[in-house]
Amino acid sequence: MAKLTIDDLKKIKEKAKRRTELREGGDYRAKVTVHMGTCGIAAGARKIMNAFMDELEQSKSSDILLTNSGCAGLCSREPMATVELSGQAPIKYIDLTEQKTKEIFQKHVIGGNVVKKYALGKGSEKTDA
Amino acid sequence: MEDLSLHILDIAENSIKAKAKNIEIMFEENTEKDMTSLEISDDGMGMDNKTLYKVLNPFFTTKNTRKVGLGIPLLSEAAKAADGKFSIESQPGKGTRLKAMFKSSHIDKKPIGDIASTLISIISGHPEVRLVYTHKLNGKKYELDTKEIKSQLNGIPIHSPEVLKIIKININKGIDSMRRQK
Repeated sequence: MAKLTIDDLKKIKEKAKRRTELREGGDYRAKVTVHMGTCGIAAGARKIMNAFMDELEQSKSSDILLTNSGCAGLCSREPMATVELSGQAPIKYIDLTEQKTKEIFQKHVIGGNVVKKYALGKGSEKTDA
Repeated sequence: MEDLSLHILDIAENSIKAKAKNIEIMFEENTEKDMTSLEISDDGMGMDNKTLYKVLNPFFTTKNTRKVGLGIPLLSEAAKAADGKFSIESQPGKGTRLKAMFKSSHIDKKPIGDIASTLISIISGHPEVRLVYTHKLNGKKYELDTKEIKSQLNGIPIHSPEVLKIIKININKGIDSMRRQK
C-alpha cells in the first residue's frame, strides 16, 4: 500500500508548506511546460521532466510551475519545453538533453536570461494549464 | 517507445486530453502464466464506434498539430510483437478502457521501465486528476491512490517538489519490495 508514513510527511510538511505559503497571494513567476505528446515521450521528454523536477526541488523557489502539454507540432525537434516568465513572451526550447535542461533552468527560469542557442523562437501553442 | 512505462505515460496523456478526472492503471505480472498485462481506464469523454475503429489507424488523430496519431497503434503493435493481445472499448460520455497483454518471456516483450517517473510526470502535470495505480506481481500488490495521498497532505499541493519526491520513493520501494519477496 502506498500509505505515506507520518515520518515521511513530517519530513516534508514544513518545507512544502513554507514553499506554498511564499506563493500565496501571488501568481507563478515562471511556467515551464514540457511537451509530452507521443512524439515527445518517444524522444525522451520524461527525462527532461525529471531533470526540471530535480532542479526545481533543489532550488528554493516557490513561484515556478512545472507542467506538461501535448504535441506542439514540431515532432522532429522533440524533446521540447516552453519557458514563460510572467509578462514575457514564451520561449520554446528544442532538441533538449538533461544537460541543456539544467542550463535553461539556471539561466532562464532562475536568472531571467533566454538561452538563445537552444531556443527555437518566441511564441506558444495553447495549453490547458 | 523504449519500454512499457513510456507507453503508460503516453496513454494517460490521451486520457487527460479526453478530460478524464479519474485514471486507473492496472499493471499485472504473472510468472506462472508467463503473462504481463496492462489495463488503463478513464472517465474521459470516450469515443463513438466510428472513432474507436479509427484510433488503431496511425493515420488518424484528433489533433490538428500534426497528421498522424501513433500512441495507440504503437502500444497495440508492442503487444502483438510479444505474442499478446490488445483491446480497446469506449463509450461516449463514459470513458475509455484499453488492455494490452504480453507474453512475459517473449524476446520482443518490452521491459517495464521506470514506472515511478511515469506516475510522477502525470501527477506533476495534472495534479487535479485522481490517479490510481495498481501493480500486481504473482499475487502481491502495490497500490497508489492520489486521492488518499491528498487526504493526508492537509492542503499542501500534491505537486510540490518535496511531495513528488517522497511519492517517487514510495513507488520505487513498493514495487521493489514485491520483487524481493519470494
